[in-house]
Amino acid sequence: MKFAVIVFPGANCDRDVAYVTRDILGQPTRMVWHEDSDLSDVDIVVVPGGFSYGDYLRCGAIARFSPAMQATVEHAKAGKPVLGICNGFQILTEVGLLPGALVRNRDMRFICDRVPLKVERTNLLWTAGYTAGQVITLPIAHGEGCYYADEATLAELEANQQIVFRYSGLDGSVDEKSNHNGSLGNIAGICNRAGNVLGLMPHPERAADAVLGGVDGLPLFESLVRSLVAA
Amino acid sequence: MTAFSTAPFSPAEIASEGIKPEEYDDIVQRLGRHPNRAELGMFGVMWSEHCCYKNSRPLLKQFPTEGPRVLVGPGENAGVIDAGDGLRVAFKIESHNHPSAVEPFQGAATGVGGILRDIFTMGARPIAVLNSLRFGELADSRTRRLCQGVVSGIAHYGNCFGVPTVGGEVYFDAAYNGNPLVNAMAIGIMETDDIVKSGAAGLGNPVVYVGSTTGRDGMGGASFASAELTDESEQDRPAVQVGDPFLEKSLVEACLEAFKTGAIVAAQDMGAAGLTCSTAEMAAKGGVGIELDLDLIPVRETGMVPYEYLLSESQERMLFVVAKGREAEVIEIFERWGLHAVVAGTVIADPIVRILFQGDVAAEIPALALSENTPIYHRELLAEPPDYAQKAWAWSEDSLPDSEQAGIALSGSENTSWTEVLHKLLGQPTIASKNWVYRQYDHQVQNNTVQRPGQGDAAVIRLRPQEAVPGYRPGGTTRGLAATVDCNARYVYLNPYEGAKAAVAEAARNLSCVGALPLAVTDNLNFGSPEKPIGYWQLANACRGLADACREFETPVTGGNVSLYNETVDSQGTPQPIYPTPVVGMVGLIDDLSRTCGQGWQQEGDLIYLLGVPVEQTGTAIADGKPLVTLGGSEYLAAIHGQATGQPPAIDMALEKRVQAVCRHGIGQGWVRSAHDSAEGGLAVALAESCISGQLGALVQLSLEAGQPNQRWDRLLFGEGGARIVVSVSREHQSAWEAYLNQHLASEWQWLGTVQGDTLTLATQDGQTLIADAVESLASTWHTAIEQRLAGES
Repeated sequence: MKFAVIVFPGANCDRDVAYVTRDILGQPTRMVWHEDSDLSDVDIVVVPGGFSYGDYLRCGAIARFSPAMQATVEHAKAGKPVLGICNGFQILTEVGLLPGALVRNRDMRFICDRVPLKVERTNLLWTAGYTAGQVITLPIAHGEGCYYADEATLAELEANQQIVFRYSGLDGSVDEKSNHNGSLGNIAGICNRAGNVLGLMPHPERAADAVLGGVDGLPLFESLVRSLVAA
Repeated sequence: MTAFSTAPFSPAEIASEGIKPEEYDDIVQRLGRHPNRAELGMFGVMWSEHCCYKNSRPLLKQFPTEGPRVLVGPGENAGVIDAGDGLRVAFKIESHNHPSAVEPFQGAATGVGGILRDIFTMGARPIAVLNSLRFGELADSRTRRLCQGVVSGIAHYGNCFGVPTVGGEVYFDAAYNGNPLVNAMAIGIMETDDIVKSGAAGLGNPVVYVGSTTGRDGMGGASFASAELTDESEQDRPAVQVGDPFLEKSLVEACLEAFKTGAIVAAQDMGAAGLTCSTAEMAAKGGVGIELDLDLIPVRETGMVPYEYLLSESQERMLFVVAKGREAEVIEIFERWGLHAVVAGTVIADPIVRILFQGDVAAEIPALALSENTPIYHRELLAEPPDYAQKAWAWSEDSLPDSEQAGIALSGSENTSWTEVLHKLLGQPTIASKNWVYRQYDHQVQNNTVQRPGQGDAAVIRLRPQEAVPGYRPGGTTRGLAATVDCNARYVYLNPYEGAKAAVAEAARNLSCVGALPLAVTDNLNFGSPEKPIGYWQLANACRGLADACREFETPVTGGNVSLYNETVDSQGTPQPIYPTPVVGMVGLIDDLSRTCGQGWQQEGDLIYLLGVPVEQTGTAIADGKPLVTLGGSEYLAAIHGQATGQPPAIDMALEKRVQAVCRHGIGQGWVRSAHDSAEGGLAVALAESCISGQLGALVQLSLEAGQPNQRWDRLLFGEGGARIVVSVSREHQSAWEAYLNQHLASEWQWLGTVQGDTLTLATQDGQTLIADAVESLASTWHTAIEQRLAGES
């Protein structure tokens, strides 16, 4: 499986993603400069976290116009997998691959922590490595991770089972107490209707190496590779 | 001065550049003429304490700076040490105190930006940042604003740049009301084969300006940082720079890429004093000259005069000397990253800095007069310790109310139990959890953070090659780097020599508590005015203490920063100096990352031990006639009795080293599962913190009976010092561990109790309770104290 990791000026989790896909999973990984538009040789596109173009104007608002993102949209339209993590999730909503928006955290402060998440759906190539209803712990690090969408969009997300991860308690309870940033419906990650595009605020690539104390993010990458090899 | 005509400047104009009358005369002598306005400004910044260490240099000379692992010592942008396996670690600490006092957000943000540039100028990629912060009392609304501003400024810059902020320390004390301290330490791993130095070389080589544009922001920040703060200082806001972490992130990538081409001969970050400092230092270090044309410098505003170009402290800029003929290659890299890169000058043979502007020479100064060969002041040391110290040393515990096993009668109240006292201490912002602070810092980016902030006594990050190495598999490197910043400034205030030694000992102890061998030090000397006898007495004695302790621990000083004149002149015109605060940044090495530990208990049933001065020797253990464990200078004395006095704990270096080595060995063997040093708040607070961190209780029995007359229970529970570390060990290793303790620590250890249940209980040998409370209740006090105070509650 060949991964592409988009490199924007200001992206700062690009190398972390490559560390997991290339060094931990042993998959070929190409760093794609934001001005490149050829993704024909890759299977999976990862839009990494960071502060693309400084996140000036609005998170992800400038990145959406880059040639690499235009190519990513085409990649997604062809039904191939696209993963957006943190700033990558914000960019995917800006470019229209995923609905809704990410706004300032409820407490108006940046939050860095490790938090429990409930896996809401496991019949996706992203989540086949988890069990239904499993509670996993992933790092979060964002100032603008509060998921917002209008009521109709939210209803649609629920109806189509597009909500993949929710902030929860360790026991799986989804409530206000376990909602760190004020996201509607405790939403931490969603997919498109087809399921080939996933965006999430937590960082699975930061929980894929045992020496760092948690590996709950690894099954996401592993199941992705397995699903695609099988396909 | 008769040979020269009268100065073209008024004494006030000369003073406004921070230049003293005799220094002006010196300048005239060196130039053989009067300086012009731009030159006067250049001397002003370069002869400031911030740039030339004119007061501290003779003192800094006594620091040990060499060791088998030191690759680059003081004098370059950062120190570099050999961490083994071909990994080289660059690290340095720097202060941004004065800017943060007037504009906390940008002041702190650009402090982080500046220290990151120091690291990547060497060819290293920054992999971690730590901070040492000091604020006044949170009851003051201005302090709350400063604290919130500084923390969000650090978060803004570090998070966006993409470097994890992995640790640090935060103290709150009235001594810092109005003059907060913001020290940032950065650590990087060399990514280039050769360490990039700053000495210019190669006559005719082009001098290339890279990064951001030059504007009027941050004018004269170095001079501003070398004067006392007054009520009018807020009007100096233009002297505070504005940072752009996004630009710096692009700059690090472009710089590292450029360094790898081999086309860069030398590089210098433009920090304090911007173009002036970078040209002067590069020329002076290389023994050459630099000619620079200001008309070629990219600007962000029009109409600037040479003085403004030369003193601008616009951020995210650097100066390179590039191998002739390879300019285009370098410029292409920077332009690809959306950054400026222009040839703006040349390396010349004359050892001078020559500045051109609109076709004329705007300034021409011997490089050595600006850098290296600058004024030095040797000051007289007080023959006798100052009154305040003598008075403090005369203090004795006898002045405190009697202490009983049930508690202590504090003024105006009935008996206060020891459990209540413990709660009060855990609720002191200096002791309380700093979760509110570090939750705002991205401490996990880059995928190397092994011990997160608050988890252990020092931060631990995994060391691995920064570049994609073909065939590299995780697990190939097992090495970790531990880092800490420490200084109990109250100790230093009360006894500068012992206090400085204590800061080094504590840093080494904190590293040892995560199983790391201390390697090297970077120090940040934050002091008041050296021109006052007391200020100089504090500075000189603290430097002597640092030097002695660093020699003892074999941790050479590879660089650092000096921030003097940390005084607030109040409305009555009285200068209020801060506590002398020599912050020690120390790095250490962990050979095997599977053998490190945090401070929290791990397992019910584990045995708890105290390493260092045993409980029953609390009142008797001495070094040089001074007690090792004492209430003098303690947090207990300050928080509960409102007194900052006494002789702080003396340091027994030999004991410190023995205890630390034993702790490291225990962790390395896999015997020790948690380790936490007894620092502010003493033994009781250390035990409580291990309970809170591990979410487990403990039953501890002290080796003393309740009925003993004249027992100072407060000293037993909350006395500080004694080279103490509280560890927990699994029962299966008890015999091996105790045999090792007997062999290496003789009687300087004791079994304290057992990890059990969900309550912390401290009892006497005959079963009388001293402290008992649910861990959850202690945790609640400890976790919420800072946030509540910031909200203006309590």
